Amino acid sequence: MNEEKVGAESTPAQAQEKQVVTEARRRRRFLIPSAWQTLLLPILAVFTGLLIGAIVIVITDATVVATYRNFFRAPGTALAATWRCIATAYGALLYGSLGSPREIYEGLKIYQSTGDNALFLRAIWPITESLVAATPYIFGGVAVALGFRCGLFNIGAEGQIGIGALAAAWVGYSITNLPALIHLPLAILAGALGGAIWAAIPGYLKAKTGAHEVVNTIMMNWISFRLSDWLLNGPMKAPGYRPVTPNIEPTAALPRLFPPPIRFNAGFFLALIVAGLVYWFLFKTTLGFEIRTVGANPDAARYAGMSIARNIILAMLLSGALAGLAGTSQVLGVDHWVGQGFTAGYGFDSIAIALLGKSHPWGVVLAALLFGTLRSGATRMQSLAGIPIDIISIIQGLVIVFIAAPAIIRWLYRIRVERAEEVVLARGWGK
Amino acid sequence: MATTAVRAEQRALTMGRSQWLGIAFLMAGLLTFILFGRGLEAGLRTKFGLNPGFGSQAISIPDLILPTQSTIYTLVVIMLLLGVLQLVRGFRFGDALLGVVAFCFVFAFLTWAARGKSFSLVGMLSSSLVRATPIALAALCGVMCERSGVVNIAIEGIMLMSAQAAVVVATVTKNLYMGLAAAILTGAIVSAFHAVMAVSFKVNQIISATAINIFATGATSFISARFLEKNVNLLNNSGTFRVIPIPILSKIPLLGPIFFENGLIVYLMLLIVVFIHILLFYTPWGLRVRAVGEHPRAADTLGINVYLVRYVSVILGGVIAGIGGAYFTIGSVGRFDEIMTAGKGFIGLAAMIFGKWTPFGAFASSILFGFADSLQIKLQILRVPIPSEFLLMAPYIVTMIVLTGVVGRAIPPAADGEPYEK
Repeated sequence: MNEEKVGAESTPAQAQEKQVVTEARRRRRFLIPSAWQTLLLPILAVFTGLLIGAIVIVITDATVVATYRNFFRAPGTALAATWRCIATAYGALLYGSLGSPREIYEGLKIYQSTGDNALFLRAIWPITESLVAATPYIFGGVAVALGFRCGLFNIGAEGQIGIGALAAAWVGYSITNLPALIHLPLAILAGALGGAIWAAIPGYLKAKTGAHEVVNTIMMNWISFRLSDWLLNGPMKAPGYRPVTPNIEPTAALPRLFPPPIRFNAGFFLALIVAGLVYWFLFKTTLGFEIRTVGANPDAARYAGMSIARNIILAMLLSGALAGLAGTSQVLGVDHWVGQGFTAGYGFDSIAIALLGKSHPWGVVLAALLFGTLRSGATRMQSLAGIPIDIISIIQGLVIVFIAAPAIIRWLYRIRVERAEEVVLARGWGK
Repeated sequence: MATTAVRAEQRALTMGRSQWLGIAFLMAGLLTFILFGRGLEAGLRTKFGLNPGFGSQAISIPDLILPTQSTIYTLVVIMLLLGVLQLVRGFRFGDALLGVVAFCFVFAFLTWAARGKSFSLVGMLSSSLVRATPIALAALCGVMCERSGVVNIAIEGIMLMSAQAAVVVATVTKNLYMGLAAAILTGAIVSAFHAVMAVSFKVNQIISATAINIFATGATSFISARFLEKNVNLLNNSGTFRVIPIPILSKIPLLGPIFFENGLIVYLMLLIVVFIHILLFYTPWGLRVRAVGEHPRAADTLGINVYLVRYVSVILGGVIAGIGGAYFTIGSVGRFDEIMTAGKGFIGLAAMIFGKWTPFGAFASSILFGFADSLQIKLQILRVPIPSEFLLMAPYIVTMIVLTGVVGRAIPPAADGEPYEK
């Protein structure tokens, strides 16, 4: 080998090798830019999910299906009906999630000329609702993503969100006569702490006994449901017959940025800041590096002298705190009280968002914004076009499938992707 | 010196668990005395009904009437005695004793809860089995999948979709058996999808399953909102399987009403437990399944088609979960409600781990969950001053305690959850 190389300064083999290298370089340069490439698969996954969602909407619409009975006599009618059905549904979705730019512009004009902001507020209501819906998703998604980075599958976000919300609400309503400057941070802290404790239990058990976190977090979810049922019917019940907590004190509420009908509040910015902090923690600190190493290769981590148990507990604790914040932001910013069935799928949605965001805080923020808009738009779609809001869960499930199995998307769209970042997401029961 | 130290340490390690058990037994005994034994008025009696209600074919036997106070004291003494024995003698296999103590504790609790009243023991045990049925079927699906090395936490979603398919098909065709067939088919198809993702596409199995769960929740709720709610009588009103008493066996007192007076799906579940046990441990196919779950590469070297074995196992698991789904609609209430599985699929997984990946173990742990479930309802009727929410929590807490290895360590199949790369 060596001899060949020494004497092969100008042999055809050497030249050929050089050519291959430059060729590869050139090809790399002509490939799609890497940022775009990273986004391509998620975008196509979401697109395909929406496409299949549209098909589901059409084939479950009796009137459209009826037009297909005489498709061969009048194909135009059938196609037009199909198009109208999809346009109505997704038009309502879009309008319900982002509003209409024209209306916003006109509202702004009227506000500037007359000082009447009613129209403007009505025009921006959909888009603010999307951001409100995205807020707990950002926290929840980052929570699950942080677990993924450590090789932990935190299915318990649901329970942690619930406990966080209850803890925040408790501090929010039970303490009175406290300045907002102390009360609000205290309530937020309580929410984070509630979630952290709830996640630390399965985390500790995983680290010390190897009991799998998936089952234990699911069990903790059920325990938290029962516990909150009991609390809402007993110690934390507001006077009256409904099983809800009392309203929190105004001093514990996250400040709202617009007058009443709009619920947009400082929680959204808090979420962005926290996502930034998690990014910094994971990628710029030693502890974050350790967590990622334990997630990527526990054996290597152990060999390098990192304590796997400590990192697992730490990651679970932080993940729980973030999930707790998801509940906290919802209670302190939006609802101001907690009722039964409060968590309603936030935890599972968070898993989808963490996956779609490739377990990266910025990716999670984007995914959360997307799901927030879908979720708030779907409410409008339900009222305007009569399409059940559950279509969103169908699309969500499909998107996860396509994200998890990029091979399907690549096959569908004939894409060759040369590079794939692999994040260890979860392992089997025992390891 | 060093060797003595090491030996002492080893002894401490081996003695640790056994001593802890002993202390736990003593604590259980004391707790029983403090909670149930103190402050009982003398002369109270507890009546345990050993006969089922009207319409049962079982030969009736006299009910069990116990003096409350002395029964509880006896149970306390037994627990304390076992605790002392365990501490002094240090039995290596405390598991059986743990079972005895747990039984004593539950029995003392029941005796206390039903003091001065009567309590249908047979009724409760019988409803335990019924309530355990979907959990057991979920657990058996888990056993089948995981023995072949595929983690399947999609059972919840599979059962939900099967439940809906069962009720719709049964209502439309007016035939419950067609409904059951539809449930089985749905279970098989959804599970096959999981197999495609997990085995062929090598997708992380937990993620694939989570996607199925989210999709199933959305799809069933969507169909429910779009079709079922508007046409309840046309699509969502199937009726349920009738109770079929098995001729002679149902006449046996105690056991008859519990095991031999049930609906079709309960019998199917009992048969499947035996079937899976025989399949896994007494057939060449079962040996292959276990080999693939433990060491796929070795199995492959011996000429076993790893992918085929995994596909068949996962699809068979889907069939079982499909039957479990059918239980929710055509097996018990005759209509579909949104998210009616309520986590039974996940509890089934816990039962599977609890049962150490064996069919009978999974079945026994499912019974335990079913027991806790029906106990909670019976205690509400008895007006026990414990919030029902805490009773409902008990099975989940028990699962966590079990998972942490108090009752011996559960070891999953070695290749569980890992895609096989040929």
